[in-house]
Amino acid sequence: MKSTNMQPQTRDAGTGGAAAMSALSYAFVLVATALVLTPFVWLVIASLKTNEDFFTSTFLPTRGGFFDVAWERLTFRNYLAVFEQPNFARALLNSVMLSSVTAVLATLACSMAGYALALLSFKGRTGATWLVLAALIIPPPLLIAPGFQVLFELGLLDSPWGLILPAVTPAFGVYLFRQAAISSVPKELIEAARLDGCGEIRTFFTIVLPLLRPTVSAFIMITFLGTWNNFLTPQIVMQSPEGFPLSVAIAQLKNTYYQDYGLLMAGTVVSIAPVAALFLIMQRDFVSGLTRGAVKG
Amino acid sequence: MSAQPVASLSHSRVQSRALPFPIAPWLLMAPFFFGVILFTLVPLVSSFQLSTRQTFGPEFSTNVGAGNFKFLASDPLFWTALRNTVVFTLGSVLIQLPLSLLLALALNRPNLRGRTFFRVSLFSPVLVGAVFVGMIFAVIFDKRTGLINRALHAAFGWDIDFPWLEDYVMPSLIIATTWQYVGFNMVYFLAALQNVSAELGEAAMLDGANAWNRFRHVILPAIMPVGTFVVLLSIIGSFQLFELPYILLNGTGGPQNRGLTLVMYLYQTGFQTGDLGYASAIGWVMALILGACAIGHRVVSKRGERA
Repeated sequence: MKSTNMQPQTRDAGTGGAAAMSALSYAFVLVATALVLTPFVWLVIASLKTNEDFFTSTFLPTRGGFFDVAWERLTFRNYLAVFEQPNFARALLNSVMLSSVTAVLATLACSMAGYALALLSFKGRTGATWLVLAALIIPPPLLIAPGFQVLFELGLLDSPWGLILPAVTPAFGVYLFRQAAISSVPKELIEAARLDGCGEIRTFFTIVLPLLRPTVSAFIMITFLGTWNNFLTPQIVMQSPEGFPLSVAIAQLKNTYYQDYGLLMAGTVVSIAPVAALFLIMQRDFVSGLTRGAVKG
Repeated sequence: MSAQPVASLSHSRVQSRALPFPIAPWLLMAPFFFGVILFTLVPLVSSFQLSTRQTFGPEFSTNVGAGNFKFLASDPLFWTALRNTVVFTLGSVLIQLPLSLLLALALNRPNLRGRTFFRVSLFSPVLVGAVFVGMIFAVIFDKRTGLINRALHAAFGWDIDFPWLEDYVMPSLIIATTWQYVGFNMVYFLAALQNVSAELGEAAMLDGANAWNRFRHVILPAIMPVGTFVVLLSIIGSFQLFELPYILLNGTGGPQNRGLTLVMYLYQTGFQTGDLGYASAIGWVMALILGACAIGHRVVSKRGERA
C-alpha cells in the first residue's frame, strides 16, 4: 500500500480524445466515490431518525419541500436506547479491552520474534524462520474446529484469554517485523550496544523498538482493527453475554429488534466510529509504516 | 584487505563476550513458539485425527475412519455450499477486480484534482468489519424500506418490493462485498501502476497505438505480477465468506440455502450440530482447494516470468 508518492506516470498529449478520456475518468471516480460514501451517510442519518421518519423519508425527513429539511425531527433517542440495552455498554468496553490488549501483546511478541529472526545468530534460526513461513500458509478455516477443541481442553472457553492468547502470535506479524528489522535496524548499532555492555533484552527495548516505530504503529492498527471486527472466534468461544464484544452483541441485537432500524443503526454507528477515529488519528503513521524503507544509518 | 582482520577480530570479541548458549534469542522467540505450538501446530495435528471422528460436542467422539469424507461426497448441503462459494468467488473476482483496476487507472491520470480524498474515501469501507457491513446492508437491501429499492423505485419506477435477500442472495452478497473491498484492491493496483514505464507508454502513443492497445501491451504486462497476486488474495478471502451472509440471512443459509457458504456450513456442523470431526473434514477440503489455487498461482507467475 504505497500511497504517499503516487505520481501519475502516463502523460497524455493534449488531444480532444485525451480530454474526453479525462472527463470520463473523473466522472467515473466521482460516481464511484459517491456510491461508496452513500451507505455511510445513510447509516448516520438513519441512526438519528425515529422509526416513523425512517419509513417515510429516504434520507433526511422533510416538511414536504425537497430542501425543506425538518431538522428538529432528528433525535439522539436511538443512541440512548441502544445504551440502555443490557450488555451493550459492556460489549463496547469488552471490544476496547480485547482489541487494545491483543494489539499491545501481539506487537510485543511479534516484534521480539521478528527482531531475533532478523538480526541475532542462534542455533535453530533457519528452522524457526521456516516455522514462520509454514504457519503463514495454513488456511484459517482448517484450524477453526480443532482450535476450538484445544481451547476446550485448556479450559479457555468463555474466557477473554481464549480470544487473546491465540491472536497474540500471528505468523504474518513475525514476518512483517522480521522484514522491517532487516531493512531498518543497522547491525552495527546492535554490535556497538553489545560492546558497550548493553544487555540483549535492554538493547531490544531501548534501541530496536524505537527504530521499528513505523511498523509498530501500522501493526497495532491492523491488529486492533482485526480484533475489533472479528466475529467468528468470539461467537464460538464466548458463551455468557457479559463477555460478548460488540460484533457478537450487535448480531444478537439484530435478532431481537429486527424491526427497530434506528436502534440497530445507532448501535452500528457506535461500533464503527471508534475504529474510524483511530484510523484518522493514525493515518499518517499507518501509511508511512507501510511505505517507509530503511532508516539511514 | 588490511581492515579485514581488525573487523573480524572485534567481531569475534563480541561473540566471545556472549554466553556459550545464547539465551536472549530464545527468550525473545519464546512467546511466538508458545503461541505457534499451542494454537497452530497442535490444532493442525489434531485436525488430521479429528477429521476421522464423529464428535458430539468437544468431549465425546467415535472413530468413523474415512466416513466423514465419504459422507461429504454425497452430502447435498456440502455441494450447495461449495457451489455457492465458487459462484461468489467467481462473481467477486470477475466483477470487483476489473472495477478496482478501472478505478486505479482513472485515479492514476495526471492532474486529477482531489486524488487523496477519492483514495481515502474509496478505501474506507474496508475498515468496517464484515458484521457491521452486514448490519448496514441488511437495512439497505430491505424489501420495503431499503435504500436500493427506494432508489430503483425513484429512478425507474421498479417494484418497490424487489426481494434482494430472498431471491437474489448471491447478487446481494457480491454487491455488499464489492462495496467493502473495491477500494482496497484499487490500492494494490495503484501501487502496481507505478511500475508502468512512462517512456514505453509515450513511445506507444507516438506509434499511434490507441488506448486499448496501450493498456493491453504496455500497462497490463507491467501490472501482471500484482494482478495475479490480487486474484489469489481475492480467492482466498472469498472462500472464507461467513459473517456477511450470517448477518444478512439471520444465521441461516437463507431461502433454499441460497446463501450457504463453506465456512457457514463448517460453523453449522461444528458448533450448532456439535460435530467437530465433520467440520474438520470440511476444513480439510477447503485447505486442499486453496492449496491448489496457491500452486496454480505459482505456476502462472513462473510462466509470466519466463515469457
